[in-house]
Order: sequence, then C-alpha cells, then structure tokens
Amino acid sequence: MVESMAMSSPQPDQPPRRAADFALREVTKHYNGVSALEQVSLSFAAGSTTALIGGSGAGKSTVLRLLLGLDWPDAGTVSAWGEPLQRDHLLALRQRVGYVIQEGGLFPHLTTLGNLALQPRYLGWPAERIRQRAHELAELARLPLDALARYPAELSGGQRQRVALMRGLMADPDALLLDEPLGALDPIVRHELQDELKRIFCELGKTVIVVTHDLAEAAWFADRLVLLREGRVVQDGRYEDLRDRPADAFVHAFIHAQRALPGGAA
Amino acid sequence: MKRLLWIAWMLVPALGVAQPLRVGSKQFTESVILAELARGEARRAGIEVEHRRELGGTAILWSALQHGAIDAYPEYTGTLTQELLKDIAPDAGIDALRARLAPMGIGITDSLGFDDNYAIGMREQRAEQLGIRRIGDLAAHPELRLGFSNEFMDRGDGWPGLRQRYGLPSTQVKGLDHALSYRALASGAVDATDLYSTDAEIAYYHLRVLQDDRHYFPRYQAVFLYRLALERQSPAFVTALKRLVGQIDEPAMRRMNAQAKLEGQREADIAARFLDLPVDGHEDGFWQRLLHRTGEHVSLAAASLALAVLFAIPLGIVAARWRRLGQLVIGLTGILQTVPSLAMFVFMIPLFGIGAWPALAALFLYSLLPIVRNTHAGLLDIPLELRESAAALGLPWRTRLTRVELPLATRSILAGIKTASVINVGTATLAALIGAGGYGQPILTGIRLNDVGLILEGAVPAAVLAMLVQWLFEGIERWLTPRGLRMTARE
Repeated sequence: MVESMAMSSPQPDQPPRRAADFALREVTKHYNGVSALEQVSLSFAAGSTTALIGGSGAGKSTVLRLLLGLDWPDAGTVSAWGEPLQRDHLLALRQRVGYVIQEGGLFPHLTTLGNLALQPRYLGWPAERIRQRAHELAELARLPLDALARYPAELSGGQRQRVALMRGLMADPDALLLDEPLGALDPIVRHELQDELKRIFCELGKTVIVVTHDLAEAAWFADRLVLLREGRVVQDGRYEDLRDRPADAFVHAFIHAQRALPGGAA
Repeated sequence: MKRLLWIAWMLVPALGVAQPLRVGSKQFTESVILAELARGEARRAGIEVEHRRELGGTAILWSALQHGAIDAYPEYTGTLTQELLKDIAPDAGIDALRARLAPMGIGITDSLGFDDNYAIGMREQRAEQLGIRRIGDLAAHPELRLGFSNEFMDRGDGWPGLRQRYGLPSTQVKGLDHALSYRALASGAVDATDLYSTDAEIAYYHLRVLQDDRHYFPRYQAVFLYRLALERQSPAFVTALKRLVGQIDEPAMRRMNAQAKLEGQREADIAARFLDLPVDGHEDGFWQRLLHRTGEHVSLAAASLALAVLFAIPLGIVAARWRRLGQLVIGLTGILQTVPSLAMFVFMIPLFGIGAWPALAALFLYSLLPIVRNTHAGLLDIPLELRESAAALGLPWRTRLTRVELPLATRSILAGIKTASVINVGTATLAALIGAGGYGQPILTGIRLNDVGLILEGAVPAAVLAMLVQWLFEGIERWLTPRGLRMTARE
C-alpha cells in the first residue's frame, strides 16, 4: 500500500521520473576564506542510501547545500541526474528533492497542514489531493491526524521532526537529503525515529543522503558511510571497512570514540 | 486599505478644481485682520475670496505668492527690504520696491496708512507728566529706567544703535522677556520699553508711542502684495485691494488688534465693522468645528499613511533583497526624516501650492522611514534556516515572499506602520501652518491670541486621536499577526 502511494500521480508536465543520482567532481568550497570542502569527488547512485559522517565543520552539510544549489562551489562541478546544476533549473531540481534539516525549519505562521501544503499548492495540486497526501504521510510517519491542524509551536520536538520529513516527502521527490534530522531530539524519541526513518527509506526506495555526526545512527541508516574531515573525504565504505581497515589514525579514533558503557554492555 | 485610498481620492476635487481668489495671512492677528479687510472689500465688489489664514510665516507666504498658490497677502516694506529682497537698499521706498518686484510678477499697493515699526513706548500719564513726546526727549531724563526685550538689547539695529543715534545718556537699562515688558511697564517697574507700533496692548495699557523723529527705525509700512497677473485676470479685485490704501491709520489698526486680541472678537466681524459691511454673525458651534477639523486631520493623516504604506512596503522589500540599494533607500528616507517640518512644507509649495496637498506630500515623506525600515528589518530578521527551507522547497521568490517572508515579518511591518501613524497624527497639527486645517488650526489661533481654551480645543483632540490610533493598531496587530506567531514554542 505504501509502495503504490509513493509512486502515485507523477506530474504530467515533468520528464519521466527516475531516482536521482548526484555527483561532486573536484569540488572546492570556502566560506569567507574558511575551507569547507577541498577537492572532493563523490557520487551517489540512484536509489542508494549514504551517510555523511564526521565532526562539526567537516563539510558534511556543505555537500547537501551544494546539491540543492543553496551554495555554489568555488571550483569543480556539481551534477544531478547526470547534468551539471544550472541556476535557471534550480526550482525544478528542488521540487524533486526533499530537504529536511535539524529542528525541521517549519514555518511558525502555518499549521502542519499549511506547511505541508506550501509546495504542492504552488505546483497546482487541488486541495483535496493535498489533504489526501497529508493523511497518507501522517500514517507513514506515524503522526496523529489531529496534529495536522496544529501550529509548530504546539507540537513536540519529535512531532515537528516528523512533520519536517513529511514536508520533504509531500511532492513525492526522487531524493531525500537530510541534515542531522534527529539532532535536536532526546534519546528515546531519537531512537524511535531512527527505526521509523530506516523503515521509510527501505519502503520508498529513493536516493537518500543523510548527514549525521553519530556513527551508530549512520551505520543503522546506511550501507555506505563517507567520513569527512576538514573538507576532505577520509574514508568511503561500509561500516565494517571503517572499523576493520581504518584509512588512518583519525578514522580509528572516530570509530572508537563511542564510549563503552560500564559493565561492557555497549 | 481600500477605504483609505478612497479618502485620498475624495480629497482631489476638494483641492484642485474650484479656484476662487485666495488671500493669505501670517500667523499673527494684524495679518489675519488685514486679510479679512481685503476679503471684505472684495465682497463689496462682488468678488468671492477665500482666506487661507495663519500660514506658517513669511517664507511660506512669499513662496506661495510666487508660485500662485495664493493671490495676495499683507506684507511690510521692512520685511521686503530686510528679509525677502537681499539686493535692495534698506530704506527703499514703495516705488523702488514696485520696480524691483514687477519683474518677479508681483505687484505692491501703496501704504495702507500705518507702519508697524519698532517703537519706544511709555505710560501716557508718565510721559505727559515729563513732557516726553519724541524719543529725543528721553535724553533730558537719564534717570528713567528702560526695559527692553532681550532681542532688542542685542540687535545692532536695536538699543545700541538707538542710544548712539539719539545720544541717550540712560544708564538704567535692563533686558526683559518680551511677554513681561508690558506688565513691567504697566506696574511702573520700568518707564519705557520697546514695542511694535500697532500692538493691541498700547491702547489697553494707555501707552504713548514716542515719535522716532530722527527716523532711526526702518519703516515697516503695511502694504498688500499681489500677483501682477491679476491686473489682467481680475482687475476688479486689484481695485478693491487698492481701495484700502491710506484707509487704516495706526490708532485704527491698534484698535482692531485690541478687539481681536483683548476682546476676543472674530477677525471677520472686526473687518466688516471697519468697512461698514453687514456683519455675518454665524459661527460654527463647538461640535461642528470639532467635526470639521477631525475630518481634515484624520483624512490628512490617513491618506498620507495609506500612500506611504503603498510605497514603503515595496521599498522595504527591495531594500531587503538588494543590500546595496537597500542602504541607499534607507539612507535617503532617513535624510527625509531629518528635514524640519516647516522647511519641508516650504519645499512642497512650488510643487503642490498650499493647503492639504503639500501637507499630504510632506506627511507621506515623513511616514516612509519607519515603514521602510521595519519592513527591511522584519524581512532580514527571518532566521536563515526558514528562508532556506522555503528556497529548498523549490518555491520561486514571489511565492516565498508572499507565503513565508511577509507573513513572518508582519509584526515588524505593523509596528512600523503604527509608529508612522502616531508620528503622522502629531505632525499633521503642523499642517495648519500651510493652510491644511486640522487640529493645528485652533492651536495656532490660540497661540496667536494667547487663548489657552482655543489651544486645548486642538491639543486635546490631537492627543485623543493619537491614543485612539495607537489602540486601533494594537487591535489590527492582534488581528493580522498569524496565530502561530503568537505562541511560544513548547519544549
């Protein structure tokens, strides 16, 4: 049932859909002279799930921002669907990519439904279709239906994060970019949402890139981990690769930075 | 909003279309009476004349006459030579002035019959006792105590020059506040003081004006200035004006000033009686006056505010989108704010004449800054992650602006409009200086006649209106602020 919903009603005026693939080639990006990415090349295959990990300031979020055209590289090329990003095509690109950030970025002046409806209304969906889609996604994200009429200020942190995810999924995008989607939540809610996100990623089969600083969360979500440090890719592989064959001392340290619990019950 | 625009629209015919002849007056009693005399003479000749009363001073009248916003006003030769025309001898006669003014398209009548000069006055009784008729006679009485207004003490053409010209030996000289000098004279605290030769108080306090036999003081002969074009367009009006020439001597003018200032008679009635015309006894009742002025005041403040909202919000949006341009826009509107209101009104005369239009324009310009600045600040204060979330949804700029950014900036924008409206209500009281009426009119007249009741008749409603506006906007703010913004986030 969820499958059929995810595939429902493609836009008639858009090219036939295929899951997004992204690539960065030799990309360098500085913010006010401070380096965020240095000569980074990465590609993300259609339908894959990738986690970008690393400490703060490693350049993880910058990758997502470049893919959406929120920032532009100083050098190198960024491409999506095999085409380099162009400023005139940004709106169409963004409409096909869901973007979810820490704390959700929900608009406080709109109800949940208002937040969800913003993009599809612009795309010309009739009100009934918007409402229907919102209900489907509420089910998928396990959001109580009465929360649709509430304002962000009236929701709990976990509910806000669910709504942000739903907003990213409203127009059934081909890719989902998540920047610390669970960063602001308390451990129990976070754990619960990790389960649900993983389930959703599996069910939808979209290209997913998730940024997190939490190694366990990254390993839980994704088969492929990309570890960044000071704007460079240090290692790119499965969790087991990073654990068993760390590329350098930093990777080793990062993997083992998780504190073992007393009594050894990690 | 629509309604405000309607009000602005309805002001158009009231101001632009019907064009009777207009006589202006300055904001002091003598000028108002002279203008009423001109209106009376014109009425006798069957010409309907409008009186734009108590305009904010020489600069405004002079500019209004030159730009055809008024057709005539009473002036003094001394003011022409000392202030308005820089390149003419200070003792130039009326013929010389006429020759000088003609190329500017301005005509001048001969003297109306009196001078309103600086003069020296004493109590009649005391002067009689000492046998003093002329200023020169003071030289024989060095023991007399002289009290002069502070300005007169300091001016080169005041006391220092007077003392030299007449060789006065007086040693007992002190400076006084002008408002106090009459009372000081009446109480005998001083024996002589400076005054204006047609002051109403001269009759009231039984004073004698000493003759300036050595012609020390420049002459301020009363005349009418008028647009020369009237000699072709409305010769009957010019004839009527000239009928006043030589008709008013100093005692007559002094008496009329006293009737207005001390007895509280209406200037129009005083003029009618002087001219032997039927007195039009009709006077609006308090509530009628209040209603009329409220209409003028509110439409002025509201129309200028509505216009400002229409222009300032887009300007604020532009300023927030293009930073460089934004600095320029905010800088320029800031400069407008620093222009003193009287100067702003004078600048507006060449463009809009006098009356409600220039006042509207000036208030409009003053209202821009708070709204532009708050729109700009409100848009820039939106957290970056919200602006980017809207961008990441693939919404174009216009949709982001109308659906996300403007609603989020609502509070700030409304606060700007509220500030502008309260400033507007206050500044609109000054619009009376340029003939726009409103609550400023009774305030001006009250100040001129030293009538506190009249001042309050304007000041109290203005204060009440300012409070109502404040209260109204708080309601609007509550109503327009999106509900989600009024909540504080739950933890």
